[in-house]
Amino acid sequence: MTINWMHVAPAGLCCSPANAWIDPVRPQQLALITHGHADHARAGHGHVIATPQTLDIMASRYGQNFANEVTALEYGQYMRLGEVEISLAPAGHVLGSAQIILDFQGQRLIAAGDYKRKSDPTCEPFEIVPCDVFITEATFGLPVFRHPEPEDEINKLLTSHRLFPERSVVVGAYALGKAQRLIALLRKAGYNEPVYLHGAMRNLCDLYHRWGVELGELLPATVVDKQSLKGAIIIAPPSALGTKWAQRLHDPLICFASGWMQVRQRAKQRGVELPLILSDHADWDDLLATISEINPAEVWVTHGREEALIHACEKMGITAKALSLIGYEEAEQ
Amino acid sequence: MKPFADLLEALIFSPRRSVKSAHLVRWIKQTSFPDKGWGIAALIGELNFPHLKASVIRQLASETTDAQLFEYSYDFVGDLAETVALLWPAVPQQDAVIPPLTEITETLQAVSKAQAKEQLAAYLDVMTVSQRWACLKMATGGMRVGCSARMVRLALAEAYHADVAEIEEIWPLLTPPYTELFDWLEGRAERPSAEGRSVFRPMMLANPIEDSQLQELNLKDWQVEWKWDGARIQLVSSDEGVKLFSRSGDDMSAAFPELVTPMQWRGVLDGEILAGTPEQINSFNQLQQRLNRKKASVKLQQSHPVFLRFYDILWHEDNDVRGLPLEQRRQILTQQADRLDHPHFDISEQLYPQTAEALSALREECRNQGLIEGLMLKHRQSAYHAGRIKGHWFKWKRDPLSADLVMMYAQRGHGKRSSFYSDFSFGAWRQTEGELELVPVAKAYSGFTDSELKQLDKFVREHTTQKFGPVREVEHKLVVEIAFDSIHHSSRHKSGVAMRFPRFHAIRWDKPVEEAEQLDSLMQWIE
Repeated sequence: MTINWMHVAPAGLCCSPANAWIDPVRPQQLALITHGHADHARAGHGHVIATPQTLDIMASRYGQNFANEVTALEYGQYMRLGEVEISLAPAGHVLGSAQIILDFQGQRLIAAGDYKRKSDPTCEPFEIVPCDVFITEATFGLPVFRHPEPEDEINKLLTSHRLFPERSVVVGAYALGKAQRLIALLRKAGYNEPVYLHGAMRNLCDLYHRWGVELGELLPATVVDKQSLKGAIIIAPPSALGTKWAQRLHDPLICFASGWMQVRQRAKQRGVELPLILSDHADWDDLLATISEINPAEVWVTHGREEALIHACEKMGITAKALSLIGYEEAEQ
Repeated sequence: MKPFADLLEALIFSPRRSVKSAHLVRWIKQTSFPDKGWGIAALIGELNFPHLKASVIRQLASETTDAQLFEYSYDFVGDLAETVALLWPAVPQQDAVIPPLTEITETLQAVSKAQAKEQLAAYLDVMTVSQRWACLKMATGGMRVGCSARMVRLALAEAYHADVAEIEEIWPLLTPPYTELFDWLEGRAERPSAEGRSVFRPMMLANPIEDSQLQELNLKDWQVEWKWDGARIQLVSSDEGVKLFSRSGDDMSAAFPELVTPMQWRGVLDGEILAGTPEQINSFNQLQQRLNRKKASVKLQQSHPVFLRFYDILWHEDNDVRGLPLEQRRQILTQQADRLDHPHFDISEQLYPQTAEALSALREECRNQGLIEGLMLKHRQSAYHAGRIKGHWFKWKRDPLSADLVMMYAQRGHGKRSSFYSDFSFGAWRQTEGELELVPVAKAYSGFTDSELKQLDKFVREHTTQKFGPVREVEHKLVVEIAFDSIHHSSRHKSGVAMRFPRFHAIRWDKPVEEAEQLDSLMQWIE
């Protein structure tokens, strides 16, 4: 199969007949954005097309004028750009995350962005859409990454919390997606106490609430009297874990919710006492299962552990190549 | 197996020493013998599985999964046990029966070469990720859970209300699972005795001295000696024969047959092994040729002679003199020297600087003298204690040399640095047929902070020109000032030189690579 209407450039993936870029890392005239994480959704493009949730997230992060023009496209809705037909399907990564489906001259190509298959009460589940070329990430593209069930990890957290009722439990979690998923999972597991938020978390939790994601009672963790947070569960951005703010809490129990926590030495390196293996990316088994269900003619790998995933695709009889896109993921490690 | 795996998980993630100790003490109290003996042996690296080596585990993992996927995974994770524990495909049944630690240890120790893979696979199949990790860690050694042998002995002392010095003293007599130790600690037998045995006694170590401490020294109270550039040793002579031990208690006797000939004299001496003869000392590089070999041929003994330079005495005949002050031990050492029927030894000379200036001048001399690493300062009243007791013995090393070198290659680290490029090779410029080229002269992987490590890692990822397995070649763009203790000729290195203890001194992000060191000028420092 030859696809000559999508190419890789330093700014990202470009669909030439539509003159549109997917998640470009530099300002472009027309940008299709898969989801709201900062490395994918940048400010300064001319025209941005994305789900309404993603546009809302971008506005909340960059201000209302993050682009000259925006077009909200719901999941399942279609639009044309030149001779290319464009639609979006849920990717299950974070609120509003989408796979971008491009149809041109009888060929279909899907840029899945970041995605996962495990349950997440805060966003629409990933949808399998058949295609000729499936463009996938490979953040956890190694057989060492097999993420446990999220419910088991939440139980680990609640067990420790019960075991040390005096300690302040601080959980490092990315402000967009992970934090809200963590809170929703806590609620699902029956934890009904207020959850305390580091200042950086508030806006996005409010945004999730506006889109109908129920998160229960949330209080600011920026109180003067740290003693009042004794025995509380506090969510903070990962960068806050090593700071004086976290250390000054009452006997803090440092947790980190991330897929990287599967590697013990990595967790230890970050000074994490309770690693929670909770990922918004597909693990090895889910990457392979997704590719096998979609069964595309070709797989293109954007970033991550591409060599291993390509090797596995070839063993499955699927042609695969690395796009080696620069600018994604490094920030997440 | 489960309690031991849980202990390892608790140890690796405990942020504080006190928490780790509490976990250890609880585990020792709750675990029965011999499970706890085997667990302790695993923790402090005293287990040996003759047919279960890292290569066997790698082979098994490759065969069970996919050779290529295993290599990619190992490269990423950086730790063999963790890699295999994570990618092992089997999911154990809820009701899987995991044998106790003792059964697993004894079975894996006794397993034949032919059966090793099959037996290990059978165990891994019934274990959870965490148990697989513990089991593989036992086999590969090097737990890296932040728990030293000293910490384990302290925990034993706490669990049994015993004196840790008494435990350390008899440790060299014991072998896993330490039956005699637990018989004594649990009141079934007397404490084993090291008296009259040719076993290692715990050594006394020195701390580096700080400027503020130097100001306060009253030189009259201190015995001053050269710090020789050799290797620390302990010589033990008893009815069981003469033995030579390294600083960590490894038996080096086989490597130095000329130094362990039978003696009439009985006792324990502390000193240094040096290359050459007392009259003509050779460089550490010469000694290295001997240290590298487990056995020494007659030819090697002649081409690379060695001798012992003693500076302290722990026992003579039936007398344990470790409790006496150093000045008395020194007197005894001098008296005993005449009766010492050892073929290749002398006694370390004492220096008598009267003033702080004279002391500094002696240290300055070290660099010119070569073969001397600095000065030792030992309090004349100090008893001989095991370990690094504060304020009794000091070392004052000469200033290191340093050179601006260019980063050439980077490799992923291991253990807690496994996700970073943390091991680097550096080059100096050499003129070859009118062209300047870089030749590797040093490998360094220490001396930087955690945040510098992140910057270095980023630099490597962004400037990779080629990958060779786990090694990346980087653009020749970054200059690092490397400190090192000395530099020697080496036929094993392409550049013809080898540095002793190279480490980062400063990362020179600003410095143009053209201004890095020339190989020729490095050569001038060879002693």
